[in-house]
Amino acid sequence: MAQQEQIFPPPPPLLTDKPPFEYQLLKHRGIPGFDKLEVYRANGGYKGLERTLSMQPDEVVAEVKASGLRGRGGAGFPAGMKWSFIPKVSGPKYVTCNTDESEPGTFKDHELIENNPHQLIEGVLITCYAIGSEHGFIYCRGEFARGIRVLKRAVEEARAAGLVGKNILGTGFNCEVVIHSGAGAYICGEESALLESLEGKRGYPRLRPPFPAVAGLYARPTVINNCETLSNVPHVMREGAEWYSKFGTEKTKGFRVYCLSGHVERPGNYELECGTTFRTLINELGGGAWKGRKIKCFIPGGSSTPILAPTDEVMDTPMDFEGIAARGSMQGSAGVVIFDDQTCIVGAVLRLVEFYKEESCGKCTPCREGTQWLVQMLHRLENGEGRPGDLELITDVGSNIAGKSFCLLGDSAPVPYNSALKLFREEFEYHITHKTCMVGPRAGKQLAGVH
Amino acid sequence: MIEKMDKLEIRSQEYKLSEATRQEIVELVKKYPSSRSAILPALHIVQAQFGFVPVEPMAELAEMLGILKGDVEQVVTFYRMYNQNPVGKFHVKICDSISCYLRGSDELIQHGLQRLGTRLNEVSGDGQVSISKIECLAACGAAPCLQVNDEYMYNVQPEQLDEILDTLKTAKENPYYIP
Repeated sequence: MAQQEQIFPPPPPLLTDKPPFEYQLLKHRGIPGFDKLEVYRANGGYKGLERTLSMQPDEVVAEVKASGLRGRGGAGFPAGMKWSFIPKVSGPKYVTCNTDESEPGTFKDHELIENNPHQLIEGVLITCYAIGSEHGFIYCRGEFARGIRVLKRAVEEARAAGLVGKNILGTGFNCEVVIHSGAGAYICGEESALLESLEGKRGYPRLRPPFPAVAGLYARPTVINNCETLSNVPHVMREGAEWYSKFGTEKTKGFRVYCLSGHVERPGNYELECGTTFRTLINELGGGAWKGRKIKCFIPGGSSTPILAPTDEVMDTPMDFEGIAARGSMQGSAGVVIFDDQTCIVGAVLRLVEFYKEESCGKCTPCREGTQWLVQMLHRLENGEGRPGDLELITDVGSNIAGKSFCLLGDSAPVPYNSALKLFREEFEYHITHKTCMVGPRAGKQLAGVH
Repeated sequence: MIEKMDKLEIRSQEYKLSEATRQEIVELVKKYPSSRSAILPALHIVQAQFGFVPVEPMAELAEMLGILKGDVEQVVTFYRMYNQNPVGKFHVKICDSISCYLRGSDELIQHGLQRLGTRLNEVSGDGQVSISKIECLAACGAAPCLQVNDEYMYNVQPEQLDEILDTLKTAKENPYYIP
């Protein structure tokens, strides 16, 4: 296989020559060698850092606040606000970038670090300057072995050009950027577990308070931002808050990368203005469901967000935090996963919940034990061995996990089932009464005893 | 008893950290404010030497990082990427999370196992290849995807998996490595 095909993402088949949104975060597409410092700089790279270093740290925080940039990891917390919580104390402070991208359906950081590493490094440097830190860590999931190599090369390139290390650009600002490698654990994307992991321990979430802004890495004030959030920062600082806040909706400013996958004609990363509708992303750009089928339902923001049905009302919803919340789901990590009408929803939910079972860190009993039970019960349901009362039992077990564990993993585990049951109850009941799938390749086949 | 001791002695010699590995870890530790923080990347370096993380060098690594052997063990047993037992020279990890599942990863795994003539996680007779399942690899837009050791392959269809497995049978270095 040719090497080119292995570079992520494989070239997306575009409908037109012109991208739907003038690339900012994905500017590397169409510009060869964008991972090289000279190419990045020739395209406006490190201009944001230069402008930052001519300002006072407080002014930088104010600028990012004014831009309306909100965290892209899932919660949507305003980035500038987060930075402003860092106390003005002496001693070390840290910036950690969360590139432990593991939420099923999300694959934007993967493209950003492999193709546009300097954008992220610049974002980390700006953040460090703004909060008075001299140490930035980029925590990448260990599976991104190539992305880590690319980032490490980029840091050394930047160091040679006086952009990392001592006395950056002759301004007296010192900053180290360390590329750290995880080793395969979804839980380390949870910010306090990430800190534990970065300290060299198991990735167990911490009890809060204290919050990382007060006592984070090595119990020092720490900012943790998602990779995509920090990749936005250079654009904010280069062009200014006013420019940035022209994009997006009233409460969700800017642009972001939407990840489209599953049963869709043209899966891939799409950079769009915040607030573009699902219809534009899924149908116009993604080409709708594959093989000429219909869309049965979809996940709007990574596997932890409630499944939605493709009604007209939903399809015309602007993809921003408030818009999707109004439809009963969440923007999350902007990972959109499409299910076509030939999908057995019970099988799909089982697969989603299996992920949480595998990835539960085991710290909290409700999550560790509950996710096992959920999988066991869904497994028997899927395989035609469900019993009357199982649906209520699964709901009950789920409600005893959510809200009863340290972190959001426990809250997320029952989400696929609960949201799917609301939409497709008759399909779940069919599995119990008919002992087989209602739709999909196994529909009508005797399943009990097969497994 | 004496014979058993000898075997242990041989094994601990076999799984000694090489000078190059030690040197790489020493350099790595310098980057961190606390040496314990270097443990995850350090274990990747150890795994690169042996293909898995054996028990023997854990005490040595602990000493280098100024922590207890138990601190190393608890990390090795927590994180999925550290193989605690030998795997194939080329470890094929096929993603089976939702987006890959929707585009045929289950069939792909079955197909691969049949072609290789092994069970899941079992190493082929010649020690070259093993196939495992793995949770989401963050390449959902190119599903189904897999990794050969730490290198990605995208949009893998059964015919391509055949091609990959055939290539790996005789490969000396990972043919899918991109610097």
